[in-house]
Amino acid sequence: MRLNGIGSRILTTAAFAVALLTAGAVAHAQDTGQAQPTQQQNSTTTAATSDQDKPYTIAPDGTVSWPVFSGFRRFNSECIVCHGPDGVGSTFAPALIDSLKVLTYEQFLDTVTNGKTEVNTAVQKKMPAFGTNPNVMCFIDDIYAYLKARSDGVLGRGRPQKHDPKTADVGQAEDACLGG
Amino acid sequence: MAKLMPASGFILGLAGAVSLWSASALANDELLKLQQDPKQWVMPLGNYAGNRYSKLDQINSKNVKNLQVAWTFSTGVLRGHEGGPLVIGNMMYVHAPFPNTVFALDLSKGGQIVWKYEPKQDPNVIPVMCCDTVNRGVAYADGLIFLHQADTNLVALDAMTGKEVWKVADGDPSKGETGTSAPMIIKNMVLVGTSGGEFGVRGHVTAYDVKSGKQVWRGYSMGPDSDTLMDPEKTTALGQPVGKDSGTATWKGDQWKIGGGTTWGWMSYDPDLNLVYYGSGNPSTWNPVQRPGDNKWSMTIWARDADTGMTKWVYQMTPHDEWDYDGVNEMQLVDQKIDGKERKLLVHFDRNGFGYTLDRVTGELLVAEKFDPAVNWATKVDLKTGLPDRVKQFSTEAGGQDTNTQGICPAALGSKDEQPSAYSPKTGLFYVPTNHVCMDYEPYKIAYTAGQPYVGATLSMYPPKGDSNLGNFIAWDATTGKIKWSIPETFSVWSGALATAGNVVFYGTLEGYLKAVDAETGKELYRFKTPSGIIGNVNTYEYDGKQYIAVLSGVGGWAGIGMAAGLTGDQEGLGAVGAYKALSQYTALGGTMTVFALPE
Repeated sequence: MRLNGIGSRILTTAAFAVALLTAGAVAHAQDTGQAQPTQQQNSTTTAATSDQDKPYTIAPDGTVSWPVFSGFRRFNSECIVCHGPDGVGSTFAPALIDSLKVLTYEQFLDTVTNGKTEVNTAVQKKMPAFGTNPNVMCFIDDIYAYLKARSDGVLGRGRPQKHDPKTADVGQAEDACLGG
Repeated sequence: MAKLMPASGFILGLAGAVSLWSASALANDELLKLQQDPKQWVMPLGNYAGNRYSKLDQINSKNVKNLQVAWTFSTGVLRGHEGGPLVIGNMMYVHAPFPNTVFALDLSKGGQIVWKYEPKQDPNVIPVMCCDTVNRGVAYADGLIFLHQADTNLVALDAMTGKEVWKVADGDPSKGETGTSAPMIIKNMVLVGTSGGEFGVRGHVTAYDVKSGKQVWRGYSMGPDSDTLMDPEKTTALGQPVGKDSGTATWKGDQWKIGGGTTWGWMSYDPDLNLVYYGSGNPSTWNPVQRPGDNKWSMTIWARDADTGMTKWVYQMTPHDEWDYDGVNEMQLVDQKIDGKERKLLVHFDRNGFGYTLDRVTGELLVAEKFDPAVNWATKVDLKTGLPDRVKQFSTEAGGQDTNTQGICPAALGSKDEQPSAYSPKTGLFYVPTNHVCMDYEPYKIAYTAGQPYVGATLSMYPPKGDSNLGNFIAWDATTGKIKWSIPETFSVWSGALATAGNVVFYGTLEGYLKAVDAETGKELYRFKTPSGIIGNVNTYEYDGKQYIAVLSGVGGWAGIGMAAGLTGDQEGLGAVGAYKALSQYTALGGTMTVFALPE
């Protein structure tokens, strides 16, 4: 198949010390019954407004928090085919680095979970519903964190050069969410 | 459609100005004759051998510089336009990506629209098409036009009226099965392949009866012998029997059921051997660690008996894929001398960067050489075992999950993708549109959900170290496996080539240029910038004594996803000089056919 990820290695460094976005709104159904894809530092969506504003950390040396890196990987696998490498859009799907400037976290989550349709004589745009896709939903907050960092202009295109390690907890949560 | 309606009937009925050919017992027989007539372009690759060559020579290397636009036609669709128009008599058939509009144009009336067909399709199919909603063209036989829709419906249309004659669903888009490939007519059957390798579908090729749409046979890319249509003793791989259930034994558990190996490329047919040739694509998932085994028969060249679908021979080019090097590219059938001996050859330019020359009777491997010097994932291919000699540094399996394996050439799009090559019997050379792109590849664990993407790797792509061009257009000698000449192109060359007896070779570029080059030297003779980037194939035909060149422009497909975003930054560590401009700075969307001719 033909999948592209032309990436550069620019990394805009910036320091933000914010908590990770909550995963409480993730509503995916897993066979295992596990439903916590990422580490959580907050437990409700309502209390997380400021975290949703900046759901990422990027250290002065450019080291990104694990969710941002994880989001980079998952975005550039699941979402890239329409939304383009690094969220810059394609000939048929919007640039999410722009969309996230206006979409709220709830709108983002709703669109990813349930999809969106805009099909008429001039436009054939169809966003699929990813609600049942663990490869997306287990990492939805990671993807959001990554896109928000991109959208805020604090993370450049391409693969983040440095990232926090993947902890054992994260690995276990990932395995549990993906179903073993 | 009336059974005995001869093709000549409707054409005469419309124009009354074309030569007669007889109605025949097999749809095939008519096409066997038609493909010899250089005035027409009756199947997407020009002929059954897949040569994309025309005997027309009114436009030649001396006068091609005078080429002018004769007329243009808008499809009204914005997405990527692959494939090209067919010309049968005075009729031209032009197709478009989703919603898969088909137009029948009357060349005797200045391209007047005789009919337009636009299927109603569930828009839910759009996002399960991995890389834009492309379609690679329609097929013609027996007074019918065959369209393979995005939603996998194969539709037979009355070539004269556009009326639907029959329709059959080849797959299930809710599971990620989609249609992008052009159908192929063989005997009284229409053959189609599948798309959806990134959704964990199981690929197959299916033959349907031309008249009724009834299924004749279906051969899967993996599964038990009853599915793959293999005989453990008689079906061979490099001369050796494949053994029992090779399509399940080389997989872990029942992973073969979601094994990929889709068949979205081009088919060829040798009527003397009665064999149909095509390639199968990547095994699902892209994470090789999760998918142990050779994963047969993904990444394979197939030779099947056209009547029964039984597999005569197979050759798996990339066992246990680690890079998404689909094997679906066209299979060119030529007769050439190797070591002084005339051989029936099959020539294939694979995504993995090797140009393969095989004996198409037996499947013996004769030549396997890199057609892009940048290829580094393997040093060579052993002609006896057929195995690539892999380089551990570039193995994403050896690197493992959560490891970013860097500097692999080619990238997942391959040294060449679906864009079909051309072959000139006059020069004995193949003209190949190629990609010149490398990648980093990081596989990681994923889970399968029906109808959802099943990829499992993140990629970054960039030009090879020290180079600034993302593509080349090359001339290749398949008997020796050597590049004769190579033209660097700013972007991947994503357009099907055309070679002509006028010693001119045509191809399109992603910026939108139609280019004509000298078949011997590669010297550029002509260029014209069409309205949008070209990912379509260049075709030619003659009408009313005049030779025309036709090509669809309309950027999209792979290019619409990636190239449009462009390369930015300094590519530090990779040695590329300067910044690469995004394709969006060169061209914008829109499907248009441009037809060229010499001035009066």
